[in-house]
Amino acid sequence: MGQHEIGTAGAGPPAVPGRTSVMLKLNGVARQLDVAPWTTLLDALREALDLTGTKKGCDHGQCGACTVLVDGHRILSCLTLAVMKDGAEVTTIEGLAQDGALHALQQAFVDHDAFQCGYCTPGQICSALGLIHEGRARTADDIRELMSGNLCRCGAYPNILAAIESVMHASGGVRTR
Amino acid sequence: MNAFTYTRVDDVASAVRSIAGDGAARFIAGGTNLLDLMKENVERPSRLIDITHLPLRAIEPTSDGGLRIGALVTNTDVAYHPEIERRYPLLSRAILAGASAQLRNMASVGGNLMQRTRCAYFYDNATPCNKRTPGAGCSAIGGFTRYHAILGASEHCIAVHPSDMCVALAALDAVVHVTGPGGERAIAFEDFHREPGNTPHIDTNKRSDEIITAVELPARGFSELYAYVKVRDRASYAFALVSVAASLRMNAGTIEEGRVALGGVAHKPWRNRTAESALAGQPASRQIFERVADDLVRGARDCGLNAFKIPLAKRAIVRSLEQAVATNRGGRP
Repeated sequence: MGQHEIGTAGAGPPAVPGRTSVMLKLNGVARQLDVAPWTTLLDALREALDLTGTKKGCDHGQCGACTVLVDGHRILSCLTLAVMKDGAEVTTIEGLAQDGALHALQQAFVDHDAFQCGYCTPGQICSALGLIHEGRARTADDIRELMSGNLCRCGAYPNILAAIESVMHASGGVRTR
Repeated sequence: MNAFTYTRVDDVASAVRSIAGDGAARFIAGGTNLLDLMKENVERPSRLIDITHLPLRAIEPTSDGGLRIGALVTNTDVAYHPEIERRYPLLSRAILAGASAQLRNMASVGGNLMQRTRCAYFYDNATPCNKRTPGAGCSAIGGFTRYHAILGASEHCIAVHPSDMCVALAALDAVVHVTGPGGERAIAFEDFHREPGNTPHIDTNKRSDEIITAVELPARGFSELYAYVKVRDRASYAFALVSVAASLRMNAGTIEEGRVALGGVAHKPWRNRTAESALAGQPASRQIFERVADDLVRGARDCGLNAFKIPLAKRAIVRSLEQAVATNRGGRP
């Protein structure tokens, strides 16, 4: 009991890694896809599901551009194997707007000019959403510390901080100074 | 990444059976270090065994007043667990000083113990490395050594263990529980990681066919007087140049027990019980702390660009002990 082989051709000759079917509850919609064992969640989103909002920055867990939410928690999709997330709820930047209206964080990033090139922005926003859900940040310094996994090569940090603060203010959750 | 096959197991016995005799297989949980190493072709497993479905996610009290943390509990869930925050705040602080929120949400306790060094030469397949290829030679020696070891290193390897969590676990005298083909056994934390010697490719004393099931904290958590000081090249999301986990027990102005564990300085979280025992019976003075810091770092050897770590470690030890004394006087550790 307790063992499930995926990607093997059975006993005998050397195993040939194969593809396997995975179901993701992606932005509220069940999506079935076939992945190789080594397909990262990031590559599955971008290449198989055509959701290119999630960005590939360093692909090594150092920049945060690939941040998405899995079962409500912010994680790095570049260091996650899709095959290990069968059945998981995945939220990407494409899933935040509702009925054509931007999510409050998206609107705040626009209002506060919280990006220049925009490449890190989907990861910043998904990370900020995770941060707000976690409820651990109380001060501006807390936000800085708990957003340190998201790098911005353009250096928009002050405006990113202001955007996140404004949304947390609106929900009564931050003391800024 | 190389091609590999994927196996999911649902219980500890299946995990142990699955890896038995397969030296090219690896367990995967959070994957934050293993997948990175696979992308760099440093790790090339033929098979990954997914252990994330094992029932090892509980944090439970032990019969002797301690706490048992399942190997699959995420770093985040350990750091913010109410009992950890209340009874073992040193562990919370150390965990939150490491990595980023995303990585802490992914990384498991067992994986944190098993993570490999971030020595740039270990990561770079184009340079010889004894840890990657036994006998190949060490490219760090004589190279860029800013991040390398000052204690316990060998002529074969000067890499350091990168964990913050493990520095606190060393100070707390945690115990690592593992299960292998021969059954369960417990490993004292300071015996879990190894000095490099002439076998730097072996990081730990856990055998490759054993799986970590839990980390146990003893009853004494030093929640009154403690500090975790981490010195690094940027304010957040960077590995330690030097880190110190300090904990004290005091009575009427006299230290009854003091512990100091160092990170970023050796192949394993560094304790020197002889040196730290000199804290007992002494007043909590800067003079005493400086003397103990000298003893803790005695015998340290630099390898060039990391010479600054020796005085830095001494000062970080003194600062951490001073902060520990001030824990309840508003001195935020």
